[in-house]
Amino acid sequence: MANPNKAKAEKGLMRWVDDRFPATQMIQDHLTKYYAPKNFNFFYIFGVLALLVLVNQILTGVWLTMSYNPSGEGAFASVEYIMRDVEWGWLIRYLHSTGASAFFVVIYLHMFRALLYGSYKAPRELVWIFGMAIYLLLMAEAFMGYLLPWGQMSYWGAQVIISLFATIPFVGPDLAQWIRGDFLISGITLNRFFALHVVALPIVILALVVLHIIALHEVGSNNPDGIDIKEKKDESGKPLDGIPFHPYYTVKDLVGIAIFLFVFAAVVFYFPEGGGYFLERPNFEPANPMVTPDHIAPVWYFTPFYAILRAITFDIGPLQAEFLGVVFMGGAIAVLFVLPWLDRSPVRSMRYKGWMSKSMLIIFALSFVILGILGAIPATPIRTAVAQLCTVLYFAFFLLMPFYTRMENTKPVPERVTG
Amino acid sequence: MADNGVNRGRRRFLVGATTVVGAVGAVGVAVPFVASWQPSARARAAGAPVRADISQLEPGQRITVEWRGRPVWIISRTEEMIERTENSDPGRFSDPDSERPQQPAYITGPLRSSRPEIGVLIGICTHLGCSPLYRPEPDAVDMDDWPGGFFCPCHGSYFDLAGRVFRNVPAPTNLEVPPYRFEGDDIIVGEDEESA
Repeated sequence: MANPNKAKAEKGLMRWVDDRFPATQMIQDHLTKYYAPKNFNFFYIFGVLALLVLVNQILTGVWLTMSYNPSGEGAFASVEYIMRDVEWGWLIRYLHSTGASAFFVVIYLHMFRALLYGSYKAPRELVWIFGMAIYLLLMAEAFMGYLLPWGQMSYWGAQVIISLFATIPFVGPDLAQWIRGDFLISGITLNRFFALHVVALPIVILALVVLHIIALHEVGSNNPDGIDIKEKKDESGKPLDGIPFHPYYTVKDLVGIAIFLFVFAAVVFYFPEGGGYFLERPNFEPANPMVTPDHIAPVWYFTPFYAILRAITFDIGPLQAEFLGVVFMGGAIAVLFVLPWLDRSPVRSMRYKGWMSKSMLIIFALSFVILGILGAIPATPIRTAVAQLCTVLYFAFFLLMPFYTRMENTKPVPERVTG
Repeated sequence: MADNGVNRGRRRFLVGATTVVGAVGAVGVAVPFVASWQPSARARAAGAPVRADISQLEPGQRITVEWRGRPVWIISRTEEMIERTENSDPGRFSDPDSERPQQPAYITGPLRSSRPEIGVLIGICTHLGCSPLYRPEPDAVDMDDWPGGFFCPCHGSYFDLAGRVFRNVPAPTNLEVPPYRFEGDDIIVGEDEESA
């Protein structure tokens, strides 16, 4: 039964476990003998923070389901009940709602880190794709979760998003009805979104997080220099520029976690509504299919894509603007999946790429932020024109990447990490 | 493992056939799960088409029926009302030719109806969902050359008797026309003409 090549404890209970389950081996593979580059900077905290927020969401989410009522008649009142009558209910709900926004903050910074240091490039393509799948499901999870309080913005936000499916030629209206399970968004829709938000999607997200980490630990972490630390090893086979994840990075990450929790707690206790961006004001009114709010804006983490959707105001041939908007919005996310094959640069890190890559990344990041702002405010002709320009720049970053990454001169990459 | 007595062709066939049967079974199992998302019998009953007798509808009169939680107006337009609506200057409307998808495909023309004398509209303002008021007479509202129509008191949107929205009002689109068809003296709201 025992595999002699596996690491095992000498004796005692741990030995008994190791003979039946590879506990010691797993601890070594993923913690004490997982060698991470020693030159990580602060950008490398966000993966751990995402894991922390995930735990927060699951824990607070389970507690919220204990008092929440997923029905058209009872949902809004049960959220009020959680906020007013359930012991510490306000804290658990604010931890969950602030956690949702915090999740996207850390994920966006985590993804930006990957863009900055080329962490998506070979051999880490699958790490990137698993990560993108997590991001996609996280957006679905957040969208469905936002319907559950059954406020006005829950209702009309869902109305807008489900209407996106209705724009698909031929099958669209039937597809939208299939998603709603009714002729309008109703308690039936709420109930199925609850099931998906609480049971189905979390299971898939957790599985993908495991795959993401297994894939990462198989190929090893990238670093700000984008060089492979496994190429320079000492006589015992340890990378010269690597340090064990535990205890070195676990302790370092604890500092980052502490700083993150300061900010997180400040929001939870003092600005839980995030100025109307984390919890939007119309959501303090119960959902009413008869009355549309003045201005429907998605939550901040969707606004860049919403701005792209609204920027498409023209038909192309037989394709209507509404459907094209959905295509562009979907394309803006889909193009991220193929990023590893768009970057043809011989180097990974932005430190050694040329001025074109650097400029394009800055332009891309600015476009994304501007789109995010435009998606949150009502459209005007000038704003639409700006959104169209930013949409072009957003796609240019990806679609021109095979050209500018090959054309530019790169700097020589050092042999060892530069600290 | 050596090839002692193994018929590779047969083994490949059995593995392939089992895979195909398994895949067919998986698709079959998926059917109830996918179909379960369709509107339930209760939801279908609540959203069923609504039948109204319009034989007693007086010229110029409006009746309101409820369909899928929304008020549906059925108005009987007089010759004079039809004339005023048809002769309105199209330049006064945002979408005079009903180009935006606010009506079934068979609803065309300035009157936005399949019978000129019967207008069917969903009585929800396309701005913020208030229910506009019926003002069919000329001069009933404070607008020059008012052809008759609907006025939304909430934010001051104007629509003509065909539900076409005037320019420079908050409402962005024409009033929605639901699918409907006629059957003898009755009108059936919620069913398309084709399915008759």
